[in-house]
Amino acid sequence: MSTPSSSQGAPLATEKRETFSSRKLFILSAIGSAVGLGNIWRFPYVAYENGGGAFLIPYLVAILCAGIPLLFLDYSIGHRYRGSAPLAYRRANRKAEVLGWWQVLICFIIAIYYAAIIAWAAMYCWFSITKAWDKNADGAAGFFMNDFLKVSENVNVGFDFVGNIFIPMFFVWLVTIVIMVAGVNKGISRANAVFMPLLIVMFLILVVQSVFLPGAIDGLNAFFTPDFAALSNPAVWAAAFGHIFFSLSVAFGIMVTYSSYMKRKSDLTGSGYVVAFANSSFELLAGIGVFAALGFMAYNAGSSVDEVATSGIGLAFIAFPTIVSEAPLGALIGVLFFGSLVFAGLTSLISILEVIVAAFQDKLGWKRVPATLVVGIPVALVSLVLFPTTTGLYLLDTMDAFVNQFGILACALVMVIVFGAGLGMLPKLAKHLNRHSSIKLGTGWKVLVGGIGPAALGYMLINEIQSKMAESYSGYPVWFNGVFGWGMAGALIVGAVLLSLVPWSKNSKIDDPEFDQHRANVEAEEVPEASGKEY
Amino acid sequence: MSAIAIVFMIISMLTIWGGLAISLISLNRHPEKHDDDVIEPAGSAGN
Repeated sequence: MSTPSSSQGAPLATEKRETFSSRKLFILSAIGSAVGLGNIWRFPYVAYENGGGAFLIPYLVAILCAGIPLLFLDYSIGHRYRGSAPLAYRRANRKAEVLGWWQVLICFIIAIYYAAIIAWAAMYCWFSITKAWDKNADGAAGFFMNDFLKVSENVNVGFDFVGNIFIPMFFVWLVTIVIMVAGVNKGISRANAVFMPLLIVMFLILVVQSVFLPGAIDGLNAFFTPDFAALSNPAVWAAAFGHIFFSLSVAFGIMVTYSSYMKRKSDLTGSGYVVAFANSSFELLAGIGVFAALGFMAYNAGSSVDEVATSGIGLAFIAFPTIVSEAPLGALIGVLFFGSLVFAGLTSLISILEVIVAAFQDKLGWKRVPATLVVGIPVALVSLVLFPTTTGLYLLDTMDAFVNQFGILACALVMVIVFGAGLGMLPKLAKHLNRHSSIKLGTGWKVLVGGIGPAALGYMLINEIQSKMAESYSGYPVWFNGVFGWGMAGALIVGAVLLSLVPWSKNSKIDDPEFDQHRANVEAEEVPEASGKEY
Repeated sequence: MSAIAIVFMIISMLTIWGGLAISLISLNRHPEKHDDDVIEPAGSAGN
């Protein structure tokens, strides 16, 4: 690892902390993490459903008032305390370590099902060429549920494996673990440096091809026509805040971990703006590509865009295959679309797994390779046991819904309260961000993170609790949602408490001369007053 | 496409893609600094 920063202090018990070798690689990796499946299959429908073109207004407000300020909170903690989520929080305050483990466990849950979706997308690249779904009498929907996933009629957890899913999932995990073993510079950076440009080029070709399909203009018309009445609906604003929050990968440890690998004199806020706007830029592109394709689908079916518009798994694995079968050069559309899902998913999965690997590396003081293998292989095994089965879809659906709301969202709310009102750390963190950043933060940032943040997150969480309590999620049996939804979300908190009680080993990074030097340098660099342009 | 949809498409592109362009230009105006691991006196770290 060649990094300009080299500690000349006392010899370290463990290897030196890795750093991204350049700002460009950090930004690329952070964008790789933020741009995931949600940008492609979630944003277009959320925007369409919540005011079309008018959604831009709450969306921009949400980016500037919640997304970017929370991103900076993550950056400041990770960069100042230079550790994985549990270590960074513990260095901020001993009792905050538990929050870090909560985020690690959230990432564990997301990682185990995320890999399944990437594997499905990889298989659908191939199916786009063979048009495998054309042989099913019920079309793409029948093929996906019956021929491909072989979904069981009973909502349960079974171990009836589906080879067509197990094998690609195995390779997804193999690729991910190989990348992670190689470390921050040789693995994560390089993977993002290859996958991200590839993703952008593939997606651009897809968008260009889609907008020239017959009916595409109707799709774009539906996507961009503003519904101004939506702006007076609080649910639309909540949707914007909720979407931005999930889209930017804030408050679940990823950005804390990645920013801990940034050099000391990094322009944190300047880089953060690039990451946030790059993420949104990709989403906008996805909106155009997806709605142009849906416009074609509606045109071909003689229906309206409203009738075919959908999101998530339905969009990717049912609507898109239909478009692939019907469109000119459909196979190319399919390969580009599903290939984009694979690359966007892989770069996000890498960042999710890194939260877990880094946490155990810090706590146990292990080197990169053993830590990655000891963490990565069990995570992969759990994923390979639970998801390539005939009941995997049910588990994925429930876990995804509950970990998002009662994992990420709840943890984010606790995090902003703890670091804002609880520990009163925002002035210190703002000062940290202002050391070398091109955009200075002032009172505005503290108000947004300490005030608007908890209010918006609290409102969303209450709404979610009410809706999930009102009826059984997806109509699944109460026991199923109880165990794998509510129970899983609760178990994450219990697990986090237990992990935070495990003592730090003698070799761990808790006493690290390299960090002591970093802290001394950081404190020496702090300017007393924020100057220049303030947020 | 209706006129209003075109207008909103252009506004969306200008604000979001324009926002990315401005962020990139702004970041490039502040070249990357290199860590030297020397403790500097407070206030000497300019922009």
